[in-house]
Amino acid sequence: MKRTVFKNRWLPYLLVLPQMAVTVVFFFWPALKSFQLSLFRVSPFGDKMTFVGLDNFSKLLGDPEYYASVVNSFVFAGGVTVISVAAALVASGLATQKIRGLAAYRTLLLWPYGIAPAVAGIIFLFIFHPSYGVLPYFLSFVTSYEFNWLLKGWVAMTLVIAATAWTHLGYNIAFYIAGLLAIPASVMEAADVDGAGPIRRFTAIMFPLVSPITFYLVVLNMVFAFFESFGVIDAVTKGGPGQDTQIMVYKLYKDGFIGLNLGSSGAQSVILMAMVIGLTVLQFRFAERKVTYS
Amino acid sequence: MRRTLQSSKLAMRALAVLGALILLVPAPALAKTEIHFWHAMTGQLGDAVNELVKQFNESQGNYEVKPLRKGTYPETLTAAIAAYRQKSAPHIVQVFEVGTQTMMLSGAVLPVYQLMKEQEIKVDWKDFIAPVVGYYSKDGNLYSMPFNSSTPILYYNKDAFQKAGLDPSKPPQTWKQVEDYGKKLIASGAAKCGFSTGWPSWTMVENMHAWHDQPFATKRNGFDGLDVQLLINKELGVKHLGQLAAWQKDNVYSYGGRAGTADPKFVSGECGMYIQSSALIGGFTKGVKFQWATGQLPHWGAPYPKATSIIGGATLWVMKGKPAAENRGTALFLKFISDTNQQMWWHVTTGYLAISNSAVKNLETGYHFKRNPDQFTAFAQLTKGKATPNSQGLRLGNFVQIRDVIEGEMENIFAGKKTAKQGLDDAVAKSNDMLKEFAAQNKQ
Repeated sequence: MKRTVFKNRWLPYLLVLPQMAVTVVFFFWPALKSFQLSLFRVSPFGDKMTFVGLDNFSKLLGDPEYYASVVNSFVFAGGVTVISVAAALVASGLATQKIRGLAAYRTLLLWPYGIAPAVAGIIFLFIFHPSYGVLPYFLSFVTSYEFNWLLKGWVAMTLVIAATAWTHLGYNIAFYIAGLLAIPASVMEAADVDGAGPIRRFTAIMFPLVSPITFYLVVLNMVFAFFESFGVIDAVTKGGPGQDTQIMVYKLYKDGFIGLNLGSSGAQSVILMAMVIGLTVLQFRFAERKVTYS
Repeated sequence: MRRTLQSSKLAMRALAVLGALILLVPAPALAKTEIHFWHAMTGQLGDAVNELVKQFNESQGNYEVKPLRKGTYPETLTAAIAAYRQKSAPHIVQVFEVGTQTMMLSGAVLPVYQLMKEQEIKVDWKDFIAPVVGYYSKDGNLYSMPFNSSTPILYYNKDAFQKAGLDPSKPPQTWKQVEDYGKKLIASGAAKCGFSTGWPSWTMVENMHAWHDQPFATKRNGFDGLDVQLLINKELGVKHLGQLAAWQKDNVYSYGGRAGTADPKFVSGECGMYIQSSALIGGFTKGVKFQWATGQLPHWGAPYPKATSIIGGATLWVMKGKPAAENRGTALFLKFISDTNQQMWWHVTTGYLAISNSAVKNLETGYHFKRNPDQFTAFAQLTKGKATPNSQGLRLGNFVQIRDVIEGEMENIFAGKKTAKQGLDDAVAKSNDMLKEFAAQNKQ
């Protein structure tokens, strides 16, 4: 690789400065602020601050509800990632075949990404609502089981996972389509000549060749599900029934912005941040070994 | 490079000129003092707020109230707190009833009684309805101006009652009747479920304790100090929630979620009865296709006495630290909305309670209640019963979270995951921790 050398000593620093400024202002500064808050007991109006050391952390770690939210986060993030990445791979595999009206299919597949999470939540709410939803109505012809997510935790969790996975599908598909189109036609043709069927071609050639994309998408979807899936949950279940769909980021929001317990909320954001960083590092350490970069 | 530099210089110059132009635009002669008012009312209610403000602005020439909707109740409160910390708080902010204790202890507010005293504006506090004013007073002094108050009542579908062979002019008065009527509604095919509820903690736990004259928490429901513990896992609470869970199994009761998410269950005709805020009368009058009427909350009867129900809704808080001249405008606006005529208009337009006895009396003599008997149900329930310490309201810190905890446990109970006793014990334990935390936050 050719090394680029800048003639002016300060120019490179100047060029990265805006990005650094954005990172400092929107990441490091709030992160430090959260860390500071996590060590205090703060009154709702922020006027009375008492230093309490690690009290906020030890309280969280002694609270079964907090562990439940951690488990919920993993179930939720795992579900969203597996469903949205797998479905995107299958959909892109189909959308790179030689078929009539391809452009239209691709556009339609990318569409869901343009929908705000909260709006997606509302759409799913209308489809699945136990009282006036379309789906429970049709399901009632098939089974007498009540899919009442207002009371049944697993139904509620399935619902928010499906809604979130759906909103992120378009993004994943865009990456996969690009990746699949980059596979040289000669490789595929060679496989064809050797008598490989569509499934064999997919498992032996396409899947390994897009593995860097899969890896990137898994990391990204995980982080997305942990941090930014707030809109769907707030619009559909608000963490209920009970605390069955309360994921970490939603509990953090509820304790901080509705309960006005800023100390605990700060501690939760520190833990969440550490966990997501740890998770990403782990993924890079272990999963990346299995990835073939061409 | 040179070129871009030049063009950016040009842009800067253009900006500077523009800035100067903005500064040069003459300010309107004799500017009115602006009073900023943040609220959380949407739709029809938001329109009513704007209309009310318009009436005030046109009634005098010195002050202009500027209403601004800041989102939901919690969002409005959070926005006001953030603004206060940056020293740019609005003059008036609307806060829901569960935020009362937080506001009282914040040190960031100017109590309404004190504001009126400072501004030498006479208000006949005695004319205010006791259950409303009691909720927001400390040591007999009113801290925030009641704005939109309501109380839960029973709505029922008269058409469905008719179809089920029930008397459509007689709502159930006891829970036993609710059960019987519910079963008849289902058996006759008039409805799929007996009844549902809005705001589960408010209607089924907070109000049921007040209505049956049972304490919700120690220290007179928190009015007498911060060292408070909940008492909802006692006999009445366990009996009532246990019964709801049992009814949930055979559809006599059908849980429909938190806040107002169960409204469609009644509006669509799915459930024949519904317990929800009296402020929905306006919306139901426009949006419900069948004949309906209201009744007072059902009661368990002996051995429990009957008290009054408690209110919900929001009040207007005055933020501290504004110049006296601006506070005068705030005070005049609050005085304006509490006047008898405005109160009558507000009640008729929105369905929220009128808060002064004189307004209620005028509505009575003006035959408003005769013509709209459903609008009288809430007044009767609040004022004709026996007011006791258990029914004056609740004064708890971290109440928003406590309500959330209670509703979470109610869902566990209704889903059959926990018994009523287990669920309520857990709710009490968790809430007591939150109350302790709040007391610690507010100690120094």
